[in-house]
Amino acid sequence: MAKINEDLNREREKCSFNVKELTILMDGGPEKTKERKERENFMISKRDTYAGIPEDYLSYKEQYEKAVKKSVIVFGLVRRLQEEGKTTIHNYRDVLGNLLRASDVSTGFPLALHYIMFMPAIINQGTDEQTARWLPRAWDCNIIGSYAQTELGHGTFIRGLETTATYDPITKEFVLNSPTLTSYKWWGGGLGQTANYSIVVAQLYTKGECLGVHSFIVQVRDEETHMPLPGIKIGDIGSKLALNGINNGFLGFNNYRVPRNQMLMKHAQVLEDGTYVKSRNPKLNYGAMVFVRVVIAFDMANYLSKAATISVRYSAVRRQCQSKAGEQESQVLDYLTQQHKLLPAVAACYALKITANKLWDTFNTVNEELLAGNLQRLPEIHALACCLKAISTYDTATFIETCRLACGGHGYMHSSNLPTTYSSAVAACTYEGDNTVLLLQTARFLAKTWQEIDNETGKLTPTVEYLKTTKSKGFSHKWLNTTDNIVYGFEVVSMRKIASCVQNMQKRVASGMTFEDAWNMSSIQLVAAAEAHCRVIILSTFNSEIKELTKTTSPELKRVLSQLVDLYSVYWALEKLSDLLQYTTINHEDVDGLRSWYEDLLTQLRPNAVGLVDAFDLKDEMLNSTLGSYDGRAYERLMEAALKSPLNSEPVNHTFHKYLKPFMRGKL
Amino acid sequence: MSKKINEDLLNERKKCTFDMQELTHVIDCGEQNTMKRKFIDDYILNIKELWDDVPEEYLSHKERYENAIRKAFIILRCLREFNSSSMQVSEHRTPTNIYSIQDGIFRNVNPLLIHVGLFWSAIAAQASADQQAEWLKADSKMIGTYAQTELGHGSHLRGIETTATFDPETDEFVLNTPKLTSYKWWPGGLGKTANSCLVMAQLCINGTCHGLHIFLVQIRDYDTHEPLPGIKVGEIGPKMGFNTADNGFLGFDNCRIPRSNMLMKNVQVLRDGTYVKPKHNKLAYGSMVLTRVMLITDLANQLSRAATIAVRYSAVRHQSQIKSDEPECQILDYVSQQHKLFICLASSHAFRVVGLWMWNTHRMVTADIHQGNMEQLPELHSLACCLKAVCSRDATSLVEQCRLACGGHGYLLSSNLPQIYNYTAAAITYEGEYTVLMLQTARYLMKSWKNALEHEPLPANVAFLGAYIKRNYEQWQSSPEGIINGFKDIAAGKIKTSYDTLQRHLRNGLDPEEAWNLSSIQLTDASEVYTRSLLCELFWRDTKQTCNTVSINLAVVLEQLGELYLVYWALEKHGDLLLYSTISRNDIELLQSRYGELLALIRPNAVGLVDAFDIRDEVLSSTLGAYDGRVYERMMEEASKSPLNAEVVNESFRKYIRPVLLKNKM
Repeated sequence: MAKINEDLNREREKCSFNVKELTILMDGGPEKTKERKERENFMISKRDTYAGIPEDYLSYKEQYEKAVKKSVIVFGLVRRLQEEGKTTIHNYRDVLGNLLRASDVSTGFPLALHYIMFMPAIINQGTDEQTARWLPRAWDCNIIGSYAQTELGHGTFIRGLETTATYDPITKEFVLNSPTLTSYKWWGGGLGQTANYSIVVAQLYTKGECLGVHSFIVQVRDEETHMPLPGIKIGDIGSKLALNGINNGFLGFNNYRVPRNQMLMKHAQVLEDGTYVKSRNPKLNYGAMVFVRVVIAFDMANYLSKAATISVRYSAVRRQCQSKAGEQESQVLDYLTQQHKLLPAVAACYALKITANKLWDTFNTVNEELLAGNLQRLPEIHALACCLKAISTYDTATFIETCRLACGGHGYMHSSNLPTTYSSAVAACTYEGDNTVLLLQTARFLAKTWQEIDNETGKLTPTVEYLKTTKSKGFSHKWLNTTDNIVYGFEVVSMRKIASCVQNMQKRVASGMTFEDAWNMSSIQLVAAAEAHCRVIILSTFNSEIKELTKTTSPELKRVLSQLVDLYSVYWALEKLSDLLQYTTINHEDVDGLRSWYEDLLTQLRPNAVGLVDAFDLKDEMLNSTLGSYDGRAYERLMEAALKSPLNSEPVNHTFHKYLKPFMRGKL
Repeated sequence: MSKKINEDLLNERKKCTFDMQELTHVIDCGEQNTMKRKFIDDYILNIKELWDDVPEEYLSHKERYENAIRKAFIILRCLREFNSSSMQVSEHRTPTNIYSIQDGIFRNVNPLLIHVGLFWSAIAAQASADQQAEWLKADSKMIGTYAQTELGHGSHLRGIETTATFDPETDEFVLNTPKLTSYKWWPGGLGKTANSCLVMAQLCINGTCHGLHIFLVQIRDYDTHEPLPGIKVGEIGPKMGFNTADNGFLGFDNCRIPRSNMLMKNVQVLRDGTYVKPKHNKLAYGSMVLTRVMLITDLANQLSRAATIAVRYSAVRHQSQIKSDEPECQILDYVSQQHKLFICLASSHAFRVVGLWMWNTHRMVTADIHQGNMEQLPELHSLACCLKAVCSRDATSLVEQCRLACGGHGYLLSSNLPQIYNYTAAAITYEGEYTVLMLQTARYLMKSWKNALEHEPLPANVAFLGAYIKRNYEQWQSSPEGIINGFKDIAAGKIKTSYDTLQRHLRNGLDPEEAWNLSSIQLTDASEVYTRSLLCELFWRDTKQTCNTVSINLAVVLEQLGELYLVYWALEKHGDLLLYSTISRNDIELLQSRYGELLALIRPNAVGLVDAFDIRDEVLSSTLGAYDGRVYERMMEEASKSPLNAEVVNESFRKYIRPVLLKNKM
């Protein structure tokens, strides 16, 4: 064991609370912590089998090949857990989450979609018969699936998809076609070279009528030879900002036939004669979309805690500039500007995780109601998941980049793992629904709620109840610099923004504009209103959940967590000062007060900064960072990582003889 | 080029109300420069070896470097042909886009960038006449770079640890790397390419340290290219971008160089070890300031590339209906999309204007310095700091905004947006980290405020502080001039507030460093808004001037862009305006609707405005942004270049996947 950096030792001694207590609190109990650690250690145990030259040095093709090799090893471990009965179809998502977090997935897994999308689609959309036929094969990896929805020309707007599946009652088959270049499926993970099956989303035609998009199980490659089947055009879409091991692919069909029983028919059906039987409730599919978006919020909390851990530890180790002449240079973590960059990011990790947890519970409740036929809360939960996905991805990407930049030039090195963490997280801003489009969906729900607010006699659904309370209380509450009041201030902002949007739209419509044009003209404000709503949700959830959770914790931990909540709320109050000044009674003096409160909070949290990131309990193998490891040997690791460069394995690169030398002699 | 141009783009171009070429000439600073740029483009585009069959991003780290080196020497030869003496006179260091074709050839960066761009000019600036005569020969074998930053020290120069100790017996300097943290780290071209290096080190004579000086050190044998004894050199590994820059590390173990290898234009060490001080200790600032100034123009160019790609793609891409009975509309018609993109257009022009203004200011101040007048140096330095910092940060977030505005397709490297982001983002931390630079400007602002309080004369760019102290608040006006005044009010208000905070901490007994640290969030904030006021004022002033010299149709559009920039920032900072100016809540709502009007006015000219940047497809290197708008065709063509698609079944199927499929069947 190499020595631990002195500065980090000192930081850990200074920590005022029990780091383990916090870890257990966030895991949800000592049992959960134990389980998680076991799984993580299990995953890490196989790392040697796929070590070697770091991915960053490999060619694109080699990266893919290594990712396949890794996948097979990692998912082999998953299978072992299956065999030992430690995971079932019902909890494998949870298990997978832990496993993926623990394994070094810098380029992503080409088999991930098989687990995350292919199998769930069969479970959620297949009939009992279909599930019985396909799920065991998928579960055992006899077949490997992908999920193909997005097309070259269409993403977020699903109704615009062009791939067709036309029912042929004579052969009792669907005929799949890609009528245009823009209708090629594009982006499916693992679809390029890895999967032999895929769920394909296509416009269903039967008896000459288009019935909208439906899902089909489609075989794309031969199970033995892996050759693409006739009528299938399939390949890799090329290199990306990150996640180059995922093997995103394209897929086109030319009169490709699949049997009738490969349309997933739990909800809607096509009978043998081509008769279409509608889904009892066409909105049931929303459930799966909501689900994926909640999972994304969890992913974001994970990515952000990595970045926060790396940059906080590095800032404790890095020394730069003397604050006072004659003294040792200061740790950069002692600079208030550095704390301003990092501590809100640390607070955001906790806020996101706690909000995602809460949303997860709400989602499960609503899902049970859904299955029981009660759809009342579906629009609300859908609106909630939309804005939470958008804001959690956007905030996470922004905070990660701030953490990266806070590490100066060294944060630009791949070996810090900060660039990859950013590039991987930022992908979520556009996948599973573009953020702007999602925020506009939330805004649509809010505008509708607002328009009906006075007709509604009873209570509104819980997450929008505040619109009514703030409206009836009027706008003139007295501002106080407290977290409870900041939450209230944000509620007023959100309510006023929605009110103002609706009013503006009504004015525009009254002046002769169509509703749609008025909507488009108001969209900048609508997006802002949806964001404000989401801020209310995150702030109030974080605030109330921490109050609840700390009822049973030690007083030391309670103090730190309350400071964290305060920091988070004051940070956002200052970030959104424009809105508060526009819509609440906050005045110049209050603002000055907020600023000094914020600076005080940074100073108070400073001694616990390292403890707060240690509590994320991310092993070095998971951080995969020269700058952020537990022992703080940042410079040693930077040099060790550099020496792994294949360019450094030879003193003179052959280009010297080929180009440089001739040039020096004037011959080139 | 027989292939058809996308219908939507054709329509957009028909709608354009101004003469694009006229604007191109404005951007290039004259028709002659446009011609020159096009000549260079054509010349280089005709060299077939410069274009890759397999795009660079599919290669391994090592192959990329080797490929880039191959091209770098072709380019170097071209530069010599364009300008026989260009090795010394780095003419293309004036702010210009005439060599922008290089952005297309190196989708990353030219590994000889420092050799061409900095090495020779640093020698010209810091070496004595004798030294220059010896080193700047046409047949020089030196391939050089410049090593300053160390593993443990970046922006804080005084902390640099590498030592150069004078040995009077042998008349040599002995270079050493005392610790791991003192390894030089980051210089471009240092890893495998350069054989010579300008090294910043602490000069020690007879046990006295005289601070940082520059030494020319040969690090590799000219003939075999092997590292010389006492030299440990290598590359630092993969990065977010700049992966062909060959950034390297360098350590010394008693490496000896002749005394005459210290750069001695301003300072000397004599044979007996006597140290002759420079006449002025700020003379070394010059090249740092210059690099920051040049950077602003480069940022403008990068932003115009990203904006061109995103705007053209948004004209071609159709998605969702605004009205349910109409066909899907161009995403450029969504106001939320215009909100993301048009500010990028305006900012690119703003940075171009400010970059040029800084360049001219720099030239004037440098001329003064040669006359022995250093008076304006602090102001120049403070301007270069904050403008570099804010422009790099804005450009980076706007490039990312362009990328995200292209949805998932902006994540593909074939869009080139990720590379432009990775390249631009580096500028936030190199050549002075953002916060450090902002605090340097803040220091200047604190001094200026003190001078204002004491009614001392103030330089032009901070003269508003004096006015602020005397003036009563004016009635808010939503005109461009009114917004500029509003920004000055915010700047002055924040400068005053942070000054008062600083004083309060000092009165409470804190020492100056602690007081400074505790005020630093407010100080950076004050610097930022001061920079905004500069950007707004300079851009608007230039816009008004330009509008007097161009045709009326173009003037109308340029004025819209200028106003958009001001209104955008007024809305972004409207909280500050509420706190520090006389703006009312109602004025803000009026600004919001004005902003909406401006977006609508600019919309028909959006494609014309990016066409006027006149960036060739080869320079854009983007599937989404090409002139003909054949977005989807190009995406498919580029995908087919993936080596994974060159074979129907990849061998990993046989090696890894098949065993899994089979094992579970049994």
